[in-house]
Amino acid sequence: MEHKIIFAGFGGQGVISMGTLMAYSAMAENKNVTFYPAYGIAMRGGTANCSVIISDEPVASPVIACPNVLVVMNEPSLDLFTAKLQEGGALLANSSLIRKKAERKDIRSYYIPVNDIAEELGNGKMANMAMTGALLKIMNTVSLETVFQTMKKTFSPKLLKAVDINREAMQKGFDAVQP
Amino acid sequence: MKKVYERNNIAFDMPSPYCPGCGHGVIHRLVIDAIKENRQEDNTIFMAPVGCSILSYTYLDLDVCQPAHGRTPAAATGIKRALPDSLVILYQGDGDLAAIGTAEIIHAANRGENITAIFVNNAIYGMTGGQMAPTTLVGQTATTCPYGRNPKDGQGYPIRVCELLQSLGGVTYAARTSVHSAPNVLKTKKAIQTGIENQMAKKGFSIIEILSACPVNWGMTPEKANQFVANEMIDYYPLGDFKKDGKIIQRSDH
Amino acid sequence: MGEKQLMKGNEAIAEAAIRAGMTCYFGYPITPQNEIPAYMAKHLPKRGGTFIQAESEIAAINMVYGAACTGARAMTSSSSPGISLKQEGISYLVGARLPAVIVNIARGGPGLGNIAPSQADYFQAVKGGGHGDYHMVVYTPETVQEAADLTMKAFDVADEYRNPVLILGDAILGQMMEPLIFKEPSGRKFDKSSWILGNRKGRKSHLINSLSLSEGVVEQWNWELKKKFDLMAGKETMVEEYMTEDADVIFVAYGTSARICRSVVNQARKQGIRTGLIRPITVWPFPSETIAGRAKKTKHFFVVEMSLGQMIEDVRLAVLGNATIHFHGRPGGGVPAEPDIMKQLKEILQS
Repeated sequence: MEHKIIFAGFGGQGVISMGTLMAYSAMAENKNVTFYPAYGIAMRGGTANCSVIISDEPVASPVIACPNVLVVMNEPSLDLFTAKLQEGGALLANSSLIRKKAERKDIRSYYIPVNDIAEELGNGKMANMAMTGALLKIMNTVSLETVFQTMKKTFSPKLLKAVDINREAMQKGFDAVQP
Repeated sequence: MKKVYERNNIAFDMPSPYCPGCGHGVIHRLVIDAIKENRQEDNTIFMAPVGCSILSYTYLDLDVCQPAHGRTPAAATGIKRALPDSLVILYQGDGDLAAIGTAEIIHAANRGENITAIFVNNAIYGMTGGQMAPTTLVGQTATTCPYGRNPKDGQGYPIRVCELLQSLGGVTYAARTSVHSAPNVLKTKKAIQTGIENQMAKKGFSIIEILSACPVNWGMTPEKANQFVANEMIDYYPLGDFKKDGKIIQRSDH
Repeated sequence: MGEKQLMKGNEAIAEAAIRAGMTCYFGYPITPQNEIPAYMAKHLPKRGGTFIQAESEIAAINMVYGAACTGARAMTSSSSPGISLKQEGISYLVGARLPAVIVNIARGGPGLGNIAPSQADYFQAVKGGGHGDYHMVVYTPETVQEAADLTMKAFDVADEYRNPVLILGDAILGQMMEPLIFKEPSGRKFDKSSWILGNRKGRKSHLINSLSLSEGVVEQWNWELKKKFDLMAGKETMVEEYMTEDADVIFVAYGTSARICRSVVNQARKQGIRTGLIRPITVWPFPSETIAGRAKKTKHFFVVEMSLGQMIEDVRLAVLGNATIHFHGRPGGGVPAEPDIMKQLKEILQS
C-alpha cells in the first residue's frame, strides 16, 4: 500500500492542517509517512498545498511527481493538479466551491460539498475536516478513530474544545462518499 | 629607594612591537595595569583585532582570541555568553571598529553585551601602510586620499563613534580620552577603570575611545604627532564622557 | 529508545543539536531554514543555553568562533546566500582549529535565487568555499531521522578533529516532516583544557588565532592541517549502497536526489531493470573507493543532482574512465522528477 496525496486549496482553508493531521494519524498507525508543504509564501488567500505519502514500505522520495490521491479545495487547484493525477487515481473535490467537473475520464472523481456540510454544523471553517472524513473513506488506510485520537493529541488548547464538533464534521464527510 | 614604577608582568619581557611614538604601547600598559589592579589576570580574555594592534598577542601574557577583521565584537559576544563571569576586553582600531566591523560594534553595543571596548582612534590604517580610515580628518592625507580627505569628493566624513553609539540602549558608558599628554594619559586610565568596573558589575556595554598618534603614517615626528592630536583631532573629536551609567551626557560641543 | 515523533527536518536538527550538548546557537533569518533559529529561541534558553539572533550571518559565525574558543559546543545555520557570507568565518575556524557545526539548508542560486531546494552549493561545501587550503567533513542526510543522527555525530567529529563540520541539506529536508526517534547522544567527552580560553588559573596563557607573519610558520601549519584532513578522509567517509551488486546502471546521488533515485530504482526493479544506488552520506570525504570498486564491473553510472552538475566531477575522478557517466540535473530550485529519470534510464540501457 502506498498513498501519494496532494492537498491543495487557498490559504486559510486548512489545507496544511489536513495534511499534518493525516501524517500524524498515519504515524500513529505505524505507517511510514512523509509530509512536505509548499513553504515560505504562506499568505492568507494565497495558494497552499502539501504532499503526504503514507506507505507500508519506507518512503523513498518525499516529492510527489504524480499523486494517486488528489484533494482540491478550490477551483484553481483542480485546474493545476488534475493533470498530474495517476491513471485510476482518486480526485476529491470540494463541490461547494468548485462548480465544474474534471474532464478526465480515467480517474475516480468524488465531489463533496464540504463547505455546506461544515456550515450546516455551524462553522464553515470545518470544511477541511469534512474533507478529511471523505478522504479516510476513500483511502481506507487510516481509521476514523485514530484520527479522532490524533486530534486530541495535536490540537492546540484553544481548539481542543472543538474536537467533538470537528469529529461530527469528519463523520458527515465520511458518510457523504461511497468508494 | 622607593620603587615608583615597574614592569607589569602581564607584558612579556620584550620590546614593544610598535613604532616609536605610537600610542598603542601606552594604551596597552594602561589596560594591563587596570586588569592587574582588578586582579583579573586569570579571568581576562583579550580580543586582538586586525590592524597594528593584532601584535598585542605577541606581547601580552593573557588568554587572547584573535578573530577576523572587524568581527571582534561578535566573537566577544560568543565568548561572553559562554563565559559570563570572565572579563572580556575588546581592543579595536578605527578600521576594525568603524569601517569593516561597523555592524558588529553597533549591534554588540545595542544588545548591551557586558563587555569593554577599547577603541584606539589614530585616524589612519597603520598596518597596511597608511590608508584613509573612517576617522581620518577632513583634509588629512593618506595613501588612498593623497589630496586630503574631501567629503565633497565622495570620501565621506570622519565618524564620531562615541556620539554614534551613545544613543543605543545597551550602552552604559561611552567616553573619549587621549594619550597625547600625561594628564590625558591619567584620565584615560580612569576611563578604562570605569569600563572594567562596569563589566564586573554587569552593567552592559562600555566603550572608551582613545585618540592616539601614528607618527610614521602621518609623516610626523612623535612630538609633532602629539601636537596634531592636541590641536586638530580634539577639535573634531572632543574629549570627555558621552554616556555614564546609561545616561546620555548633554554637551554643547557640536 | 525515545518516543516516535513527527518533526520537520529543521526542527529535528535543532533538537538533536541541543541533545548533543550544544549550548550556543547564533543565527540570522533566511528561508528555508527559519525553523532552526525559531526552535532554538524557544527551547535553548530554557535548557541552559544561549540563543542570539545576530545582526548578520557574518556576525553569527563569528559568535560561533568566540563561543568555540571557550570550549562550548556552538552552532549556526543558514541557507545558501547566508552560507556564502559565513565562508570567511569557516576559513578562520579551520585556521584557528576550532570545532563548530554549520548547517546549510540549501536553496536555489546563484544570487538571491529562490527558496526552492537545491544542491548547487556542493562545490562551495566540499572544495573550500572560503580562502586557503582546507576541508571539513560534510554530511548530506536524506531523511529527518538521519538529519538528527548526523547532527549529533557532527558535534563529536568537530570536537575530535577540532574542525568545523557542515551539514548540507536542502529545502525539502528542512521543510518536510517525517517520524523519527531521537537516539541517545554518544556522551563522548573531549578534553579541551590544553587550548580553550578563560578561567586561566595555574596554567600558561592560551592564544587562538590564525595569523603568523614569521617565515615558514603558516606553511608548516598547513602541513599539520593536512595530516588532520588525511586522517578525516581515512576515517570519516560514509556511504550507502543500495542494490548495486548486480546493477547494470548505478545511480550516484546524495540527499533528496538520492531518495528520488531510490524510488526510480524500486520502480525499475519491478520492471526487471537491474539498477542500484550509491549514496554518499559524506560528500567530503567522498566515497571514491566505493565508486571505483563498482566501476570495475558496472558499465554505466548515472549521476543525479539538483544542480548543473557538481558532484559529477568527483564521480568522474573516482570512475577514472572505467565506465560511462550519465547525468540528470535540475538547477535553480528544480527537483528531478521520477518519470524523467526513468525515461533517461531506459535510453541509457537501449544505447
